Formats: sequence, C-alpha cells, structure tokens
Amino acid sequence: MSVRTLTIDDQRVSVEEGASVLDAAKAAGITIPTLCHMDGVYDTGACRLCLVEVEGIPKLLPACSTIVAEGWVIHTNSERLRKYRRMTLELLFAERNHVCSACVANGHCELQTMAYSLGMDHVRYDYRYPKWGMDLTHPLFGMDHNRCILCARCVRTCWHIEGAGTKNLAGRGGGAHIITDMNEDWGESMTCTWCGKCVQSCPTGALFQIGATAGEMTREPARLADIITARRKKEWNV
Amino acid sequence: MTLNELKEIKDAELAARKKTTIRCCMAAGCASQGSTELLKNLKAAVKEAGAEDQIEVRGVGCMRLCCQGPLAQADPEGPLYEKLEPSDAKAIVAAVLDGSVAKLQTGDPKQAFFTKQVSVVLGNSGEIDPERIESYIAADGYLALRNAMREMSPDEVVQEIMDSGLRGRGGGGYPTGLKWQTVSKARGERKYIVCNADEGDPGAFMDRTVLESDPHAVLEGMTLAAYAVGAEQGYIYVRAEYPLAIERLQTAIKQAKKSGLLGAQIMEGPFNFSIDLRIGAGAFVCGEETALMASIEGRRGVPRPRPPFPAESGLWGCPTLINNVETFANIAPIIRNGSKWFADIGTEKSKGTKVFALAGKITNTGIVEVPMGTPLRTIVEEMGGGAPDGGTVKAVQTGGPSGGCIPADHLDTSVDYASLSALGSIMGSGGMIVMDETTNMVDVARFFMEFCRDESCGKCIPCRTGTVQMHHLLTKIIGGKATARDLALLEELCDMVRNTSLCGLGMTAPNPVLSTLRFFRNEYEALLQEDPYATTTP
Amino acid sequence: MERLKLATIWFGGCAGCHMSFLDIDELLIDLLDKIEIVYSPIVDTKEYPEEVDLCLIEGAVCHEEHVEMAHHIRQRTKLVCSFGDCAVTSNVCGMRNALGKPEVPLEYAYVTLADTNPGIPNDPVVIPNLLEQAVPLHQVIPVDHFLPGCPPPAERIKALVLHLLGAGDPLSGSQLKFG
Repeated sequence: MSVRTLTIDDQRVSVEEGASVLDAAKAAGITIPTLCHMDGVYDTGACRLCLVEVEGIPKLLPACSTIVAEGWVIHTNSERLRKYRRMTLELLFAERNHVCSACVANGHCELQTMAYSLGMDHVRYDYRYPKWGMDLTHPLFGMDHNRCILCARCVRTCWHIEGAGTKNLAGRGGGAHIITDMNEDWGESMTCTWCGKCVQSCPTGALFQIGATAGEMTREPARLADIITARRKKEWNV
Repeated sequence: MTLNELKEIKDAELAARKKTTIRCCMAAGCASQGSTELLKNLKAAVKEAGAEDQIEVRGVGCMRLCCQGPLAQADPEGPLYEKLEPSDAKAIVAAVLDGSVAKLQTGDPKQAFFTKQVSVVLGNSGEIDPERIESYIAADGYLALRNAMREMSPDEVVQEIMDSGLRGRGGGGYPTGLKWQTVSKARGERKYIVCNADEGDPGAFMDRTVLESDPHAVLEGMTLAAYAVGAEQGYIYVRAEYPLAIERLQTAIKQAKKSGLLGAQIMEGPFNFSIDLRIGAGAFVCGEETALMASIEGRRGVPRPRPPFPAESGLWGCPTLINNVETFANIAPIIRNGSKWFADIGTEKSKGTKVFALAGKITNTGIVEVPMGTPLRTIVEEMGGGAPDGGTVKAVQTGGPSGGCIPADHLDTSVDYASLSALGSIMGSGGMIVMDETTNMVDVARFFMEFCRDESCGKCIPCRTGTVQMHHLLTKIIGGKATARDLALLEELCDMVRNTSLCGLGMTAPNPVLSTLRFFRNEYEALLQEDPYATTTP
Repeated sequence: MERLKLATIWFGGCAGCHMSFLDIDELLIDLLDKIEIVYSPIVDTKEYPEEVDLCLIEGAVCHEEHVEMAHHIRQRTKLVCSFGDCAVTSNVCGMRNALGKPEVPLEYAYVTLADTNPGIPNDPVVIPNLLEQAVPLHQVIPVDHFLPGCPPPAERIKALVLHLLGAGDPLSGSQLKFG
C-alpha cells in the first residue's frame, strides 16, 4: 500500500492510498461537517456539507467520496464553505416541517447540532410548510416525513447492513420521499425484519421508536401475570 | 456482409431509381400532421395513374422546415410543397406527370434556410428512407465501418477522431477523441458503448430528428466506437416520449443484425458488437451520464459524484464510452471522408457542424445544421427569418435549462463553444429558442427554473431545495411582492446552487436566471417593490 | 448614565420566553440600574413609546394586528430581537400552515371538539383576521438579533443584554438552541 501526503488546513497529513478526504481529515484531527455520511455504508455525496476546496481544482469536492491524490492542498473551513454550509442548512430547515420543540429527537438531532455548530440562528428563506404525513402502521417504529432530510442513511443501512431492502426512495425533487417496499404501509411490509437499524441510522426525528414520544407509553400487565404463573406453576407462556 | 455485397446493394438500389422521386417527410413533426396518410395516398395515386415505373414515392426523414409541414418535394428540381393535406396527393402526382406545379402552397428550396446549411450529420436526412437499410447503404452507409475494420487498427480509428477535432455534441463539448482514447486504454473485463438519446431540453428536437431520419448512422457510429475501444455491448438510452425514434431504431437494429452488421462476427470478421435499446421514462436527469447508467442498470436514475468518470468506471463498474446521438452520427462521415475533411469545417477550436432546433418566436421553425462559427444572426435572421408578424428579436436562448439568454445586440456572436460560454450561455445540445419583444425575461427565467425544480432528482440538497426557493423568489418578483433583499437572496442562491450541486443539472440550473440578470437586470428591478426598511440594519 | 430602553411584547406565543427572561435571576437586580422597561406585558404602559433601544418580540406573526404592530415597533425601535423559536421559525404557531387555510384548525378546535356552543369566533373587533400562514418575524420586518430556543436559554438572553450594554459578544458564553 503506498502513501499519499497532502496538506489539510495547513496541516501535513499522510494517509494510505485510496483514503477519502474525510478519512484524511479525520486522521489529522480535523472535523468536516457531514450529514449523509455514515460509517459502515457507502457514500453518496448527497448532502454537500462536506464540500472542500482543493487548490488547482475549480470545483468543490465532497470529502466523503473524493479519493485523495498526492500533494493536494485542501481547505475545509473557508469563509465561502461556511457560508454555503449555512445556506444548505437553511434550505433544509425551510424545506419540510422541522419543529424542534415538538420533535422526538429534540436535543439528539444531527440537523439541530449542525445548525448550532455552523451558527445558523435563523432561516432567511420562506418556509415551504409542505403537507407530509406519517407512517405509524408498524408496531415498533414510526416514520414522520415532515422531519426527513432525505439523506438516505436508512435506505443504505437497510440494504447494506441489514440486507432487507425494505426502505427505498421514491419521487423526484421536492417530492422525493422514503418509502417502504413498493410504497406500502410499513406495518404491511413482508421484508422488514423489525431490526430497527434504520431508526438508529436516522440523523433527525424522522424515524423513531414507537413509545418514545410523550404520552405514548403502554403497559402490558399480562406479562407480570405470565411471570408469576411461570414461577408458581413452571408453565412458560411464551 | 462483404464489400462486394455492400456494393451490390448500392448498385441495385441506384438501378431501381425512377425518373422522379417524390420525397415525403416522415419525421415526427410532419407525421403528427398527417404525412403518414399523405405518403399512403401518394403511393396510391402513382399506382392509379399507372406511373409506378416513372415515379418513386419515398418516405424520408426530416426535411427541416417543420413549421410548414407536412412537406413533400418532387426531384429533381421540383417545388417544395408545404402544409399538405393527405388529399393533396393526387394533385402532386398529376403535376409531376405533366411537368407543372400543383396549385398548393410551395416554398423556395433556394431560400437561405436551406442554402446556408452544411450537412454532415443530416446528410441523409430528408433523402433516404430511414426504414430501409438498403437506402442507407446506397448513400455509402456502412462503408466507413467496413473500411475501418479492414484497413485501420482500433488505435488508428481513435487517432482519426482525435485529429478531426470533434467535440461532444451533448452539451459539455468534451473532445470526443480524448474520451475514446481513455476508454480504449482503460482496463476492464468488459467495455460498454452508450448512446445518450435522452434529449430533454424544452424546445430541443435535434437528436430526435437524427434518430428518426437516419438511425443507421447512429448504429454505425456506435459500432465504429466499439471497434475502436474494444466493446462488445452497446445501449441506446432513448426516452419513451420518442415512439417513432424507438420504432425506427428497432427496425434499424433488426436490419443491421440480419445483414451481419451487428451481432457476432460483424463484416465476417472477428469483431462482435450488439446494441440494445433502453427506454427511459422521461426523467430529465437521466440525460446526466451517471444517472443514465444507473437507469440502464435498473436502479433509480440519480447521478453520483464523478470521479470516477464512466470512461474508467461506468456500467457495472466497467469502462464505458458515453456519447450523444449527434456525436455518434458524426463518426461515420469522419471515417468515410477523413479527419481533415471534417477539421476544415468550422472554426479553430470548434470543428464541424452543429444541428440546432429553431423554436419560439421565429418565422422558420425547424432544424438547421450549420458550420461551427456561423454568427447567431445568420441563423436567427437570415435562415430563421427573424421574429414573425413584424416583431423584433429580443433574445435567443441556447442550451436549454442549462443555458442562457443572449440579447439581440450580441447576435453577431459566432456559434462555437467558447463564444457562447463567454456570454454566460452554452452550446448545449442545440436547442435555440427565439424570443421577441413581448417576452418578459423574468418570466423566461422562472419557466426554466420551474423545469429544473420539477426535474431535479431530489438527491442533493442545493438542487432539490435551492430550485424550489429560487422559483419561489422569482414568483415573488413577478408578483410584485419582492424587494431588493429578495433579489439579493436570489443571486446568492444562484451562486450557491451553481457551486455546490452534485451534477450538471443543479450546477447549471441558475444559468437562465444569471444570464437574464446579466443582460436584462432592469426587467427584474422594474418589478421590485420599494423596501420601506432599505436603510434599516441589517 | 441614561438607562437602556427595553421593550418586550408577545405575538403568537405562550409567554414561555418571557418566563425564561425572568430566569436570568440575580442579573435582573443588576440590570435595574442599567435598563428601563418601557413597554411590556408585565408593565402598565398602554402606548408603545418612541426611541426604544431594544425590543424583544416573542411569538410568530399570526394575524393582521401582529403585522401592524411589528411595523409600528420597527419604526420606533433601534434594535429588534426575535425572541424565541416562534418568532424565529414560527415553531408551533406555524404547524397550522401545513394544514391549509387557517379555518381548518379553527374548525377542528371550535366546532369538531366543542362541547358547547360550537362555532368559530369571528368578531373582527375582538379577534383580528388570521394570516394565511403564521410566519417568523423576520419575514415581516428586518430583525437585528435572533434568540432561538423554546424557550431561549437564559444564558443567551443574558449575553445579548450584556452585549447591548457594551460587554461582550451576543453569542459568547451561550450555545445556540432550537426547541
């Protein structure tokens, strides 16, 4: 394996051939903001937050899916990049109905955290307030399209980690959305393995566990009865 | 198929020619207005008159002056009949027989619209019957393939294309020879040839015309490419909205296979190459090469970041050569006539010809093929006849939604890659929409933005949401509800979307706004509302 | 030294941001020397005065009266601050926007769910006409500072006020917060 040496934000870094700009930055202890990137699944270069400047290349390149070349001089945090990143976030917040105060992920949301770290304190574009619904047909998990940023991390997780291929993308442009199987109710899915990995992969509150929101808790007193029966009569009611 | 067999077909075809040929346009424009019926009636009329040994009625490809269709012309030197009805057939045949001119609307075949054209790509268009391979062979079709396979090494074919200076006709203008060389040198288990026939710009119909008028030229160009780079499989990705083009391609592929010009052991040599059609469902973004390949592979048609470029890693990870319809249609003529012949046409940096689809507020709507470097004025005013009904040309939009508007006072710009991009537009695939003084340029910008918004694939954020916001801001401006702040927001968004989008669709989506802002800023400003807080911070 | 003239108001909000203002605790006492509250739901002034230094506006712009008042405030105030998520993003107030016309949620609240006297209250003297959409304040007037949060953290309110009094960065010592 040969080595590539490059400069990131005035810092010299050596990485193995084939490493991405994001890998190289990580090795140098430099954080590049990302949203659609997730360790463990392939990159799509969709969110454009990780765009960096490479001297001598006119186009901005996505750090997640760009393989480093020898001698590159990279800037990850210029005024221009910060401005574009802030605008990207503003566009995202204006796109669907991201109401932090009423969201299950409030305080645990990558989109929210990203807004803080980039200093986005308001959105200058008119909010679009589209009408998106929810899919609450699955017994364990829910999907709120209002909070989806279409990073497709759930889709890649479902296909390439779980191997179920339940989650997919449908529609175009602003109408693009996550679907289950051939656009069926999640609860009806024959392919979903109930593994919940998609929920773990979601950066926002779009995918969530049922029962996690206020007032949703349900009790199953019958389980207690089962345990008592098991203890007393050695009858396991499973 | 051997050289002798090619010659035999050509000779037989020429020997069967009659004293007079009535050519009847069978491209989509004329066909949609009844030329199919007209052709049938013409044939019946000839039969009825017992003149089958004197007159050949031939359905041909595009005769170019689409606005006057259905078109038909009797050769040699006959008048160009325009706006024909199927019932006009008898009158035309009768006129041919008594050497007169029928009392129908006629056009002058010697007008600038026709005489200023130089045909490389459309040489057979309007001349041969696109549904018969013999008709193509009679026009020296497949001769280039035969000569290349017998007399040139694959590298020599690549070199010939390099020397010709041909650049991609799909919009980007990348040197074709260079692309071929990269694919030819790339290592891969298999290689693929892809013809991008997903023409989707509003007002563009050049590729459709080529496919409908001369499908074999595209097949021959692709086969030459396959020979040059070492591919055995090719795909034509054509949109479902082009049923006639699909039908003719299917016919052509069937004929070529039957004649040993496609499939195994082409021209009885060791070279195998097959072409299959892939029908696109009409998503504009599938014209972007990585999205197109994803679609061919059966996946969702969305672009992916480049590099890797298709030439290194394309279809199923194999080196793939993607060229546009018009680019492939240029190949056989270059091989047949030599790179020098081709390089002598056009300008220093832009060689050959370019096909344009003239549309909008222009007298002569239709298809023109002109040498690179022809001034826009020649195309729009001399050939196109300017704006109809005494109007004046205000601007010309080139390059579709990725292009820009060129104002009338820049009409002396020559049509080549560099000059158009210097004006903030692009050559694009060749759509040319003319606007007259009644056109509001902000409205034009909004129209194209609406198109990009609807056609965005939704993958990357700047394009998916940026086009929505830009369209919204343009609507606000047109509705008189915007202030200078909104215009500033719009300009800032244009810059951001152009620089951060994933693929060409997003990167060029702001172009119509930027170019109209550049030349027609006053039209935007006239629509702005006064901002009562203009001096208030922030 | 002349005291900083502070005004506060709530539009479409729940008063929670004002509660958070009280959470700056003992600083309130120090501030008494430096600021004067000239207009607020918690003081008795009826007329919004001229030449206010800072106005904290809580809540989204939901109806015609809000719009009118926003312009009125902007003309009489040096610095306007969007105070809390409703003012900054429209927040909960904006959740009706996705439902369509404002009558849709009103119908649900006052007719479908009504126990007695169903009917949408519509006395224009008492209830101003609702806007088609509840919008953030900066879509109506220019805004100088943004204090998002539901409610905004007291730390950040403190930082902004201290900044205006000439001490420190408006963002220093306080994290941004939405929700």
